[in-house]
Amino acid sequence: MASIIPDKRKRKKISWWSVVVWLAVWQVVAMAVGQNIILASPIEVARTLFALMKTGSFYASIWFSFVRIAAGFFLAVVVGIAFAAGSYRWSVFENLVEPLMRVIKSIPVASFIIMILVWISSRSLSIAISFLIVLPVVYSNVLEGFRQTDFRLLEMAKLFRVKPARAVRYIYVPQVMPYFKSACTVGLGLAWKSGIAAEVIGMPLGSMGEQLYQSKIFLDTPSLLAWTVAIVLVSYAFEKIVILLISIVQRKVVR
Amino acid sequence: MMPDIVMKNISKSFGEKRVLDHFDAVLHSGTVNCLLGASGAGKTTIARILCGLETQDEGTVTGLEGLKLSAVFQEDRLCESLSAVTNVSFVANISREQAAEALLEVGLRTSALQSAGTLSGGQKRRVALVRAVVSDFDLLILDEPFKGLDDDTKNLVIDWVRDRIATKTVVLITHDEREAQRLGCSSVIRLS
Repeated sequence: MASIIPDKRKRKKISWWSVVVWLAVWQVVAMAVGQNIILASPIEVARTLFALMKTGSFYASIWFSFVRIAAGFFLAVVVGIAFAAGSYRWSVFENLVEPLMRVIKSIPVASFIIMILVWISSRSLSIAISFLIVLPVVYSNVLEGFRQTDFRLLEMAKLFRVKPARAVRYIYVPQVMPYFKSACTVGLGLAWKSGIAAEVIGMPLGSMGEQLYQSKIFLDTPSLLAWTVAIVLVSYAFEKIVILLISIVQRKVVR
Repeated sequence: MMPDIVMKNISKSFGEKRVLDHFDAVLHSGTVNCLLGASGAGKTTIARILCGLETQDEGTVTGLEGLKLSAVFQEDRLCESLSAVTNVSFVANISREQAAEALLEVGLRTSALQSAGTLSGGQKRRVALVRAVVSDFDLLILDEPFKGLDDDTKNLVIDWVRDRIATKTVVLITHDEREAQRLGCSSVIRLS
């Protein structure tokens, strides 16, 4: 969870042929193993996924986990930005917050999950866990973005008596945005990973994590992998939507 | 009428290097004052002291109290991701239409809507100049404002600036006396 420096090179897109190659490798290995319990083939997983998609509980589970993980993520974004702004503005505030962030970064997710399960209901566990995992990522990256703001532009704004709200909108937002986007991309992946892990341990009824656990109990590997594929797809779609929303807001705010 | 700006006995060092040594000057109110000197003579340091961005080690500056400042810095200091129009309008606190009109007057038509990062050096310089001149100010500090402009554009821009700074107090920092003359400079301070 170190600070992420935005890479100005364009992110390499995944080619369709490489996906086909890896699916083929998976299929060949599954056929060689010949046991669904050990490794289900992609065809079997797809079949199971389509079967799940015909049930209402599939969407209910997705909604259950999505709402909580997204809530934890957005809460972390809001608090992370506020803390980063506070730390940038007041060194006393940074001194206060920094140890907390370091502690949150170092504690294993499993310890958090078990600790928090003692305090709150398992139904809210994934909110708390995704919040705690995303918070330091957003905090450290946004703070780094603030620090990288061109001091010459800040001098210019001071000389021309630019109002603080305008300075934030036109100077800070464009400079911090690449750092914020990187934090969101990384944070979204972490939010889903940690949120689902929390659900597997806490087993809130009707969550995706609980479905994963049930698949494990019944040694239903095709179902386990089908749920995993569903999590990956939902997480990917959520990331794309969030990044799109950020870009739209950025375009509206800074023209 | 604002008082003259008096710089008295100003000294400034950066580490071991003494940039200004007991410098004295009077910048006359309502006129164009020109600071002429070679590179490294301390012109930009004077500009930064006047802007309040640097503090002198010794000496006093009077007459700056309560003045609204505007400046063209040695660098353009534009927000690269914003359009030229936005760069002018948000700093000068004027409408986008007014900003576009001012940019058009210095020869920036279609490029006014491009992001500043995509403009050429000369275009960026004109955006920085327009931003400074259309802002509300009592004292305008111009640090090598016409660098990077070809002769025709430079003349066009100098004339445009001159028409807008009548009765204002201006400090022009340059090493080109022709620029100073064309801008209507009435007082010259030479730095050695």
